[in-house]
Amino acid sequence: MASGKSEQTSQGRARNWIFGRRRHPGDRIFSRLTLVFALIIVGVLLGLLVVLNRDAMPAIRQFGLSFLTSSVWNPVKEIFGALPSIYGTLVTSAIALLIAVPISLGAAIFLAEVAPSWLRGPVSFFIEMLAAIPSVIIGLWGIFVLVPALVPVETWLSKHVGFLPIFKGTILSGLNVFSASIILTFMIIPIITAVSRDAIKAVPDTQREAMLALGATRWETIRRAVLPYCRSGLVGAIILGLGRALGETMAVTMVIGNADKLSAFLFSPGSSITSKLANNFGEASSDLFTASLIELALILFVITLLVNVIARVLVWRMTSVKTATE
Amino acid sequence: MSEHGYSRRKWSNRIVLILSGVAAGLAIMVLVLILGYTLVRGASALNVDFFIHGSTPVGVVGGGMRNEIIGTLILVALGSLLALPVGLLAGIFLAEFAGPRVAASVRFAADILSGVPSIVVGVFTYAIVVRPMLSYSAFAAGVALAIIMIPVVARTAEESLRLVPNSMREAALALGITRWRAVLSVIVPGALTGIVTGIMLAVARIAGETAPLLFTALGSFWGFRGLFRPVGALPLQIYNYALSPYSDWQRQAWAAAFLLMMLVLGISILVRWLSNRRRI
Repeated sequence: MASGKSEQTSQGRARNWIFGRRRHPGDRIFSRLTLVFALIIVGVLLGLLVVLNRDAMPAIRQFGLSFLTSSVWNPVKEIFGALPSIYGTLVTSAIALLIAVPISLGAAIFLAEVAPSWLRGPVSFFIEMLAAIPSVIIGLWGIFVLVPALVPVETWLSKHVGFLPIFKGTILSGLNVFSASIILTFMIIPIITAVSRDAIKAVPDTQREAMLALGATRWETIRRAVLPYCRSGLVGAIILGLGRALGETMAVTMVIGNADKLSAFLFSPGSSITSKLANNFGEASSDLFTASLIELALILFVITLLVNVIARVLVWRMTSVKTATE
Repeated sequence: MSEHGYSRRKWSNRIVLILSGVAAGLAIMVLVLILGYTLVRGASALNVDFFIHGSTPVGVVGGGMRNEIIGTLILVALGSLLALPVGLLAGIFLAEFAGPRVAASVRFAADILSGVPSIVVGVFTYAIVVRPMLSYSAFAAGVALAIIMIPVVARTAEESLRLVPNSMREAALALGITRWRAVLSVIVPGALTGIVTGIMLAVARIAGETAPLLFTALGSFWGFRGLFRPVGALPLQIYNYALSPYSDWQRQAWAAAFLLMMLVLGISILVRWLSNRRRI
């Protein structure tokens, strides 16, 4: 595989470069210095885990597992349960993935296999530009443009498909879980598209040629020879998108409605871990309140950590080492 | 597969390929909708007052975001100041000095760090800076933004350094200079375009970050009053004004969105231009 080769040459270079004749003390000092700064990155990551864990401890001790299963959030009585926020985070991310994955994979196939070469650059650029728009601007747009536009859709759905519990209920406001999911969809399309496009591009041409030589159409080639070959890269891309969706804060906070209740009805206001943090952290009046919020942050951190580790491993196996972010 | 008729296979091929184009079109449409609306609405909301006045108390029409514009510039500068030394040296380490195993773990840590939700970084910074210092501050916000910026700078610097051909390293060493001089005066200049591109992308990212500022910079009615006092920023003010019931504040939120968008777009286009030029 291409990645293995480039990895090897770079290793060879690194070995020559530092383990060669090391005469000058300046070299040793400089390489140590860069090492120290590189270790800061590792240190920050470990520090996140240690500090969040330390500061969440009062809440962890007080509530134990009931923090995850209780849906009471009462700052006055100092009882905190995170179930509605965790539920909101999972539901919005799941819906966003459900809608974003087909669109992103379609766009990735278009960019890697279908589009004429003059079109690929500009289209990639535009899709990646979507990722560069600050989340707070997407939230602003969500409040004033998307949410009003979604209300008729939601009314129609609850009238005609209302036999499903997720669509059954009275719509009080456009600021609800469904709107947040749609906003999230927009926000994760760019990353899933970009990473899966790279995965598809990394498939060797011999795969395609062999299939085409058998008389397959292009779609048959893509479906049977290309996509199976880069399956782990595609799954990695989707999981990377999931990580993004779980941690997205501003846009979600602005349109989710910020209500603390557990409801299967998608058109009712809800909350996510991130919206809970954004709304409450500044007002946390007691130590236990703050500790509970930090425990929420810790939960989010651990979930996204696992998700990202899995995604990175899958993507790394597939494509050669690319830039860290979009 | 051979059971299917040829025309049926041909049609399903055509339909799927068209659908893939539709998917790409949908993604672009979303961008056009957000971008177009923000630019049109924002441009009409801008006026001179927006740049030269501070914010007004609740209910008073007028005012602007002079303080927030300055605040954002200060925070971005502060974040860059803290992040660049770490990011660049870590990038140099990864590309030039690291043994394979150490490199893999640092690289992995950088990739994971860049995936940590920015609000978690905000909470972390609150815990390590704001709480011990007993005050929200511009400095704390700078630390939070730096944590977000470091992995991006490190990884893009590493990638660009890797693109410098080995013959340059050999040529430099053949002249008898030390390795650290070779890195600083031959390799790094050779990769400068790529490194600058990475820094610009990172700046574009932190300029619009809001979540990590919520519990660090906090926002302020006044202008910048020192590194260790709270400070306002454009994204924070967009958030506050967007949720306010006053139409004049909402107008200003759009104006601020326009400004941020121009910054981010400008950087993206510049980066694209730079990296296209590099390829030729």
